[in-house]
Amino acid sequence: MADPATFADAAMQHMASLYTAAMRMTRNPADAEDLVQETYLKAYRAYERFEEGTNLKAWLYRILTNTYINSYRSRRRRPEETDVDNVEDLYLYRRLSADGAGGGRSAEEEVLERFTDDEVKAAIESLPDVFRIAVLLADVEGFSYKEIADITEVPIGTVMSRIHRGRRALQKALGEYGLQRGLVEAAP
Amino acid sequence: MSSSQPEQPSSGARGVADGQEDLACGGDAADCEETVHRLYHFLDGALTESRRRAISAHLDICGDCLDAVDFEAELRRVVADRCRDRVPDGLVQRVADALSHERQHPGAP
Repeated sequence: MADPATFADAAMQHMASLYTAAMRMTRNPADAEDLVQETYLKAYRAYERFEEGTNLKAWLYRILTNTYINSYRSRRRRPEETDVDNVEDLYLYRRLSADGAGGGRSAEEEVLERFTDDEVKAAIESLPDVFRIAVLLADVEGFSYKEIADITEVPIGTVMSRIHRGRRALQKALGEYGLQRGLVEAAP
Repeated sequence: MSSSQPEQPSSGARGVADGQEDLACGGDAADCEETVHRLYHFLDGALTESRRRAISAHLDICGDCLDAVDFEAELRRVVADRCRDRVPDGLVQRVADALSHERQHPGAP
């Protein structure tokens, strides 16, 4: 059982991560700030039920994710699951190396460096909710499959499927930005 | 897409020793197809030790797959680095104030 007096010291250090996740989820700063504040308030009120010694960051993410899904998600309709199917393995890698430039093994990686922050953010934000959340938790925050299963309260097999499909959909979205800017060759 | 579960972690006799043998004789080495199929599990550290070794052994001899794995790892680093947001001025104070208000008036709006 955790002492509420220690909450701020323990929890405030995670704000930068939570705010980044809130921005990707809500897609706008005003909602992201509200979501973060609401998350901290709910966490504070529930803190006596938090088991000390377990993962506080994951617990905060669980509250953030649930709050987003329950309170913010319905404000804007977004494409759902069907839009992320049919992206093959290594989608972006194959598009980047399709021009046969043969410039050595880091040529594709150099192209990656040319994507801007705004393009990467927009690509993530283009994913449907469940995939966006899974990719955020796995690849931006570095949570394990098991931790993400606990945070999102779905079975681990579902988590893996969402992460893997989400990553492929993210590659496709990035590929489209790359195509518009001439970084990526059109599929042969 | 991969809907397959990763293998359960192996326990018991067939384990590390087998993996060493794989490296030596290539008997159970992964091929390109398995490497691409299990690429995310490999990068996520979600494979059994024997499959991890089998894929590592394949990457030692297959430059194409190694390039692809390096690219995926680099992509993940780029994604993680490029989508950070700076906490807006005032948000820390706003949350601290809200918590302080909550301490003094629990449950109040």
